[in-house]
Amino acid sequence: MDERTTITVPETTAQTPMGLGVPPERHRLALSPLNRRRWLSFKANRRGYWAFWLFMALFVVSLFAEFIANDKPFYVRYDGKSFFPVFVTYPETAFGGEFETAADYRDPYLQKLIAENGGYMLWPPIRYSYNTHNLDLPTPAPSKPTWLLTEAECKAVVQQKGLSGCRDLEYNWLGTDDQGRDVAARLIYGFRLSVLFGLALTIVSSIIGVAAGAVQGYFGGWTDLLFQRFIEIWTSIPSLYLLLIISSVLVPGFFVLLGILLLFSWVSLVGLVRAEFLRGRNFEYIQAARALGVSNRTIMFRHLLPNAMVATMTFLPFILSSSVMTLTALDFLGFGLPPGSPSLGEMLSQGKANIQAPWLGISGFLTVATMLSLLIFIGEAVRDAFDPRKTFG
Amino acid sequence: MEAPYDRLLEVKELSTAFRQGTRETLAVDRVSFDIKKGETVALVGESGSGKSVTALSVLKLLPYPSARHPSGSIRFKNQELLTLPEAEIRRVRGDDITIIFQEPMTSLNPLHTIEKQIGEILLLHRGLTGLPARARTIELLRQVGIPDPEVRLKSYPHQLSGGQRQRVMIAMALANEPDLLIADEPTTALDVTVQAQILNLLKELQTRLGMAMLFITHDLGIVRKLADTVCVMKEGKIVEHGPVERVFTAPRHPYTRALLAAEPKPDPAPACPTAPVVIETKDLKVWFPIKRGVMRRAVGYIKAVDGVSIAVHQGETLGVVGESGSGKTTLGLAILRLISSDGPVVFLGSTIAGLTFRKMRPFRRHMQIVFQDPYGSLSPRMSVSDIIEEGLWVHHPKLTRSEREQRVIGALRDVGLDPDTRFRYPHEFSGGQRQRIAVARAIVLEPTFVVLDEPTSALDMLIQAQIVDLLRALQKRHNLTYLFISHDLRVVAALACRLLVMRHGKVVEEGAADEVFARPKSPYTRALLAAAFNLEAAPEGVVAQ
Repeated sequence: MDERTTITVPETTAQTPMGLGVPPERHRLALSPLNRRRWLSFKANRRGYWAFWLFMALFVVSLFAEFIANDKPFYVRYDGKSFFPVFVTYPETAFGGEFETAADYRDPYLQKLIAENGGYMLWPPIRYSYNTHNLDLPTPAPSKPTWLLTEAECKAVVQQKGLSGCRDLEYNWLGTDDQGRDVAARLIYGFRLSVLFGLALTIVSSIIGVAAGAVQGYFGGWTDLLFQRFIEIWTSIPSLYLLLIISSVLVPGFFVLLGILLLFSWVSLVGLVRAEFLRGRNFEYIQAARALGVSNRTIMFRHLLPNAMVATMTFLPFILSSSVMTLTALDFLGFGLPPGSPSLGEMLSQGKANIQAPWLGISGFLTVATMLSLLIFIGEAVRDAFDPRKTFG
Repeated sequence: MEAPYDRLLEVKELSTAFRQGTRETLAVDRVSFDIKKGETVALVGESGSGKSVTALSVLKLLPYPSARHPSGSIRFKNQELLTLPEAEIRRVRGDDITIIFQEPMTSLNPLHTIEKQIGEILLLHRGLTGLPARARTIELLRQVGIPDPEVRLKSYPHQLSGGQRQRVMIAMALANEPDLLIADEPTTALDVTVQAQILNLLKELQTRLGMAMLFITHDLGIVRKLADTVCVMKEGKIVEHGPVERVFTAPRHPYTRALLAAEPKPDPAPACPTAPVVIETKDLKVWFPIKRGVMRRAVGYIKAVDGVSIAVHQGETLGVVGESGSGKTTLGLAILRLISSDGPVVFLGSTIAGLTFRKMRPFRRHMQIVFQDPYGSLSPRMSVSDIIEEGLWVHHPKLTRSEREQRVIGALRDVGLDPDTRFRYPHEFSGGQRQRIAVARAIVLEPTFVVLDEPTSALDMLIQAQIVDLLRALQKRHNLTYLFISHDLRVVAALACRLLVMRHGKVVEEGAADEVFARPKSPYTRALLAAAFNLEAAPEGVVAQ
């Protein structure tokens, strides 16, 4: 060997000019330096960070809607035995009633039966579900929020029930809609339904969109050309009108709507992912993998998809908010979820039909506006987090 | 009026630090040097040694406030630059001190004509417009040796070659007859023959205009040719400083000695073994169609590789040399069937041209490739062990977990890396270490034939030498056959026993390495050799500008 091999000069690194060449190993669960930087960057966007936690809190709370707003108590003690009406449907006879029908816990008769037996009920804070009709409304539906009622307005109900005044009535915090259903309960359920629908739509359309974009970008050539033309034609269809036509033919339900909206929402990611794959397929490590004989599918999944995921993640919150918006729009027009479902769009359309009852429109608007703003704020923070050029300074 | 000065630029105890998050990195650590009128000072060092940062500090071109100077002073003509307000320093930049950057592709604005870009500087500092500005621009272009400057005025950067672009950059830098020219690796991105031309031009202009020059480079050959004084930088410090003659003949610092020893020298070429042919091509062609019109008819072809026949024998290294665009990388990819080509390719007796991807797979184990850019050729999202064992999954799917691990460890040992680092990610390694990982990925499959596509070009001189040694040792240990592609004749000389000189997709010269080096037949090979070993420009007409 010649003299060169005997030289032992440590190799310097461009990343850490003054430090060690190789930093100490990190724990398996700890974030990689890149992800830690992203998380810091996400946190640095204060508005997005707080929006994220607020949204998560609202979402997690709304997941437990049955324990917050329900016309069934979550615990009944009767005759020394425990009942959980939220989970199990009991017949009235279980509580000493006469009929085999499901127990109506809001019925004074049943309440009296339980009370007389020394039993008690533990109620959620709001004693209405999204489809409970308040039968003791003091004014014709839509009825004002209870705290806005005058003594004259509630006189009839107060006398009939033998109470002392409006304050003792069962509260409808945000009033009721035109069928006498509690607005607050409907908002909680509606928020949950919207977010879950949006999430489902986002996830499924992302999977389809990423797969389509990946195939186009990776194979290029004719595949790409034909697919692109197809997408151009597909996206030029006025989707909302087509959605209206389809949903008037099919019986709308959660999954039918999901399918219909999916027809058009999957294209939103295709261009982006296609571009990432087109760029990525010429990277040297892709060439290297090809030289190793790695199959196309493996290359796409293992090497290229992670690159495309950054762009996808950045777009997800925006796709989520647009999914929620589309669902609300369809509901508003009356082509959305089946009648009776707790939907924000339907609430808005009731607000429009009952302009004399501003609590409908205002609560609906505030809920939708808050939800969408939070999602946009989160989206902005995510975009910041994945921005490679963002520096702290 | 300016006070009389003895030194044009005096840099004293200059430090530069960068803040990132809460961490501060010291990139330049108490550096002192000075430049006299008309003198050329070279800053030499590896990437990351802080030489570019030093140069940018002089002009205060760093991203302040995330960069700052904890200590030091920079005096230009007895005027302190570090404390000068931004408006004042702008007057110095582009007028008294100018700078040329490494990458001529990106340092010119692609949307403006040459005339507009040079004219802007004349307008800013001299207030010249209209005809006088045009006359001066033409004069400058003529000075830097652009042919037909009147016609070139209306050209856009993409219409010029890399060398011509760098000439335009020099013209811009000279526009106001600066006292000091900072050249930040001005020839690194250029081909050897063009590099020689540009260096000659700079030298000539300097003598004619009496400028001082601060020349930043990692190439010791350039320093010897061009500089009067040299500062060797390492990890932000100047470790050795002195006249070029003295530093090159009697280096004092061990690092300088190591650098000098690592400089590739035309070693006697290794003897070619007489062994069976491993891979053979006959009249190999890679033509890319140029398509026009609605029906995308092919109206012509770019002949990247145009009828090349090679035969590589077991255990030997065939060097493929040529400038960028000569088709040498395309040739390597075509032999490995990574791009489609015409003409037979025979690997160990079986024709592999025309095989499908699936049918190619059994051959992939025996033929591997190492790419130029160690930053681009390793997936940033996979750990080293994942990267190396990827090929094992394909070709030896039946290996158990521990057998696979053993092979990965063996490959890492083979390339001189600590096997314990295999769970880390590529970004945690330096360029040279990454290139070792790339080599490990190739040899873990125990291939017969490896294409080395400029494996040392992206690396520092010291590391280049280490990688060349590694490749030579591996070849001996595993009886590997190499196809070594490079534009750097000095590196090829260290490894190849036979040589293939390519230009415009065709073979210009072919033969035993020592024969080609000693008695080059074609004028093009002669020009290449002169440029590579003596930094001499070829007579006009032989090579492109």
